[in-house]
Amino acid sequence: MEMQNKNEQPLLDMRDVEITFNTANGPVKAVRGANLSVMQGESVAIVGESGSGKSTIALAAMGLLARNGKVTGGQILFDGKDYAAASDKEFRHIRGDQIGMVPQDPMSNLNPVWKIGFQVKETLKANGLGGGDMNKKVAEALENAGLPDAERRAGQYPHEFSGGMRQRALISIGLSCRPRLLVADEPTSALDVTVQRQILDHLDNMTAELGTAVLFITHDLGLAAERAEKVVVMYKGQVVESGPAIDLLRNPQHPYTKRLIDSAPSLSSHRMENEAAAQKSASGTDNVLEIENLTKVFKIREKGLKKSDFLAVDDVSFNVRRGTTTAVVGESGSGKSTVAKMVLNLLEPTSGTIRFDGEDMGRLSEKELFRFRRRVQPIFQDPYGSLDPMYSIFRTIEQPLKIHGIGDARSRQNKVKELLEHVSMPASTMHRFPNELSGGQRQRIAIARALALEPEVIICDEAVSALDVLVQAQVLELLNKLQAELGLSYLFITHDLAVVRQIADDVVVMKDGQLVESGKTDDIFATPQTEYTSNLLDAIPGGQLLV
Amino acid sequence: MPENTENIVRNEASPNDVKRAGKVSRRHIPHFVAPLEETPLQAVDSVNETADPLSFWAEAWRNLRRQPLFIVSAALILLIVVVSIFPQWFTSVDPRSCSLDNARGGAAPGHPLGFTYQGCDVYARVIFGAQASVLVGLFTTIGVVIVGGTFGALAGYYGGWMDAVLARLGDIFFALPLILGAIVLMQLPAFRENQSPWTVTLTLVVFGWPQVARITRGAVIEAKGADFVMAARSLGVSKFGALVRHVLPNSLSPIIVVASISLGTYIVAEATLSFLGIGLPSSIVSWGNDISDAQISVRNNPQILFWPALALSITVLSFIMLGDALRDALDPKSRKA
Repeated sequence: MEMQNKNEQPLLDMRDVEITFNTANGPVKAVRGANLSVMQGESVAIVGESGSGKSTIALAAMGLLARNGKVTGGQILFDGKDYAAASDKEFRHIRGDQIGMVPQDPMSNLNPVWKIGFQVKETLKANGLGGGDMNKKVAEALENAGLPDAERRAGQYPHEFSGGMRQRALISIGLSCRPRLLVADEPTSALDVTVQRQILDHLDNMTAELGTAVLFITHDLGLAAERAEKVVVMYKGQVVESGPAIDLLRNPQHPYTKRLIDSAPSLSSHRMENEAAAQKSASGTDNVLEIENLTKVFKIREKGLKKSDFLAVDDVSFNVRRGTTTAVVGESGSGKSTVAKMVLNLLEPTSGTIRFDGEDMGRLSEKELFRFRRRVQPIFQDPYGSLDPMYSIFRTIEQPLKIHGIGDARSRQNKVKELLEHVSMPASTMHRFPNELSGGQRQRIAIARALALEPEVIICDEAVSALDVLVQAQVLELLNKLQAELGLSYLFITHDLAVVRQIADDVVVMKDGQLVESGKTDDIFATPQTEYTSNLLDAIPGGQLLV
Repeated sequence: MPENTENIVRNEASPNDVKRAGKVSRRHIPHFVAPLEETPLQAVDSVNETADPLSFWAEAWRNLRRQPLFIVSAALILLIVVVSIFPQWFTSVDPRSCSLDNARGGAAPGHPLGFTYQGCDVYARVIFGAQASVLVGLFTTIGVVIVGGTFGALAGYYGGWMDAVLARLGDIFFALPLILGAIVLMQLPAFRENQSPWTVTLTLVVFGWPQVARITRGAVIEAKGADFVMAARSLGVSKFGALVRHVLPNSLSPIIVVASISLGTYIVAEATLSFLGIGLPSSIVSWGNDISDAQISVRNNPQILFWPALALSITVLSFIMLGDALRDALDPKSRKA
């Protein structure tokens, strides 16, 4: 290591950068005294939770801060030139052909009214690469990003592309002008793990080939460590630690980095401790939910009046043992959420039976169904959508008690306080409204509401997918604690196998509506029986780094 | 960089294995750790207990009261309401005591705006005319919100045939021009013989409800897909209960905005009908009637027409401004923290 890079000039060098946003409540410093450098051809990842300033600093490097944001201190050197106070015109000069960008959300970042090919062509032209056989250049760019049949694909519209293909198109736009630095803002967080892996692999190969430096922005430490040579950890607008990826992962110094590593699901290798659940899972034959040959057919309207059948769930059977967690895993479109809705009795199965505590739910009367509602409760994915914004937290949690006529006003208030304590929220929260709480806090309120009726089974439909790693770990720990205390059974619907590892006793893997594999979590993780499952396991970012 | 050649070779051998090993740089990367004092570690996701709790309406009010548009329109509306409830506070002249001696007279002591063609005090008629207009505007809005809101909510929430029937019914009324429909309806014997603010209100409601119904239907369709509605259903709330308790309160914002803007347009519609002689009976003092009466002398004495028309414009404008201010404050998109 003596041969240092002393005489090498960094491609991007941000020194003591300070970024301030003017808000209604006065100026807010989003980034304070941050240092960040990217060498020629180097891959660097910025890791941090939402609000840590990781995206802000990357946007500042491209001069794309929101209008109320400004670089108020430090230097932003790109190729030796200071851009800290540069005008938009100067930035436009380097955007595209010097710095490219792959945005976060592939669904909203392609213009739906233009063909993919046109959008690539636009980038090429804007950066002075027009002329000659444009169609060929476009097809080449798309092909390089791993889109098969590129020439035909260039003539299609974004809605004809799947999420993964759109992300490939965006990558091809970002790289089409051979930039020296590519900024990738959470490039794959909206995609399934296997697609995510393919795309990152491809991005890796392409940038290595072209010698492009990459600046990843991610909240996933596992992904950062796996894809970058250097990791920069940001917290509350400051860089708290930076260094070589592997070193930082194995030997974290700052307590925040340690905390991140402790809670990163992809890096954990065992279930959260829960004696009771483990025992029941090992010995129990006491099934709280028995699902048998469950099938759901949706009618899809085709051209004209014709309707065709779509088999969303195809002959699925599994059981949930009392007091344990069963996870249903699958990629988007696998039918896992449809199963959850049928178990919640919000959707009627086409055929098959769901037995809850030995009772066939298909035959329940209105009144029995009302009683059933008390015993099975859902927690939904989107923490911003699952609480009524008009209801105070108190009313939200009190509502189930009121509907089922439990207690009087006074005892209900005590119960709400108790429930808030259960989910580790201060009692004063009950006077607040959902919009004042963060995503994780809202999810904890949703858990409190679900617990109000003392249910036996809780169905978590992607309950932690929308949360930051630390908050996710906190909610998972809470769920685990509650399971140990109250003997709850969970049916955990998720696309994230890393989360499954942490919380589930049994796993059911689904694909295209069918059950692919099921069994004990430990067994499936150790020796997956099907290729599909092993691919899924393989795609967990950073899964093997710590071993 | 001889130390790391091994690593590079291995990576090149099987690029797909990068993931197992992680990447090792050829360069020396310093390991930097910030001193802990600079960014002390805080508890994960703790609740901010310093700020006051804020409900949706409280926050909307907080946004609203800072808007100049709202302050101006609210002050004007307050004034208009006070004038229409207590006109005698503003003038001691009887708007109906007219003397032809004063016909078309200019401003005189105690009569700042002069006299009408019939010799009535213009100022007093403008003040007393507010009542009829505001009354019709207000009750039409209430009627339209009740009828249109109910139909729109039912259509949007239940969908299917209910939606098909109600939406088409709304389209039929929507397709009829308000004035044309009102002229026909007001000509019916039952209406013609009972000309009063109430028949005008009824007519305007009949032709005005589809607009609110459409807005409500859209808002309800948007709100009914929210997770909190499904959560409420799985807690045991009935389907209709979820509509009343969760869906409707969350659909109110656009309805309030449309209602406040429409209130202005209903006042205009009433004035138009009165102008055409089929609105309020001429025995009722109203701006529309006064404008109608003044048109014969518009060339020689335009001020007679000017004052009631100005009062009408200011009233309509202030309701439209209020609607705009409300739209900004109630925008659900600004609610996400």
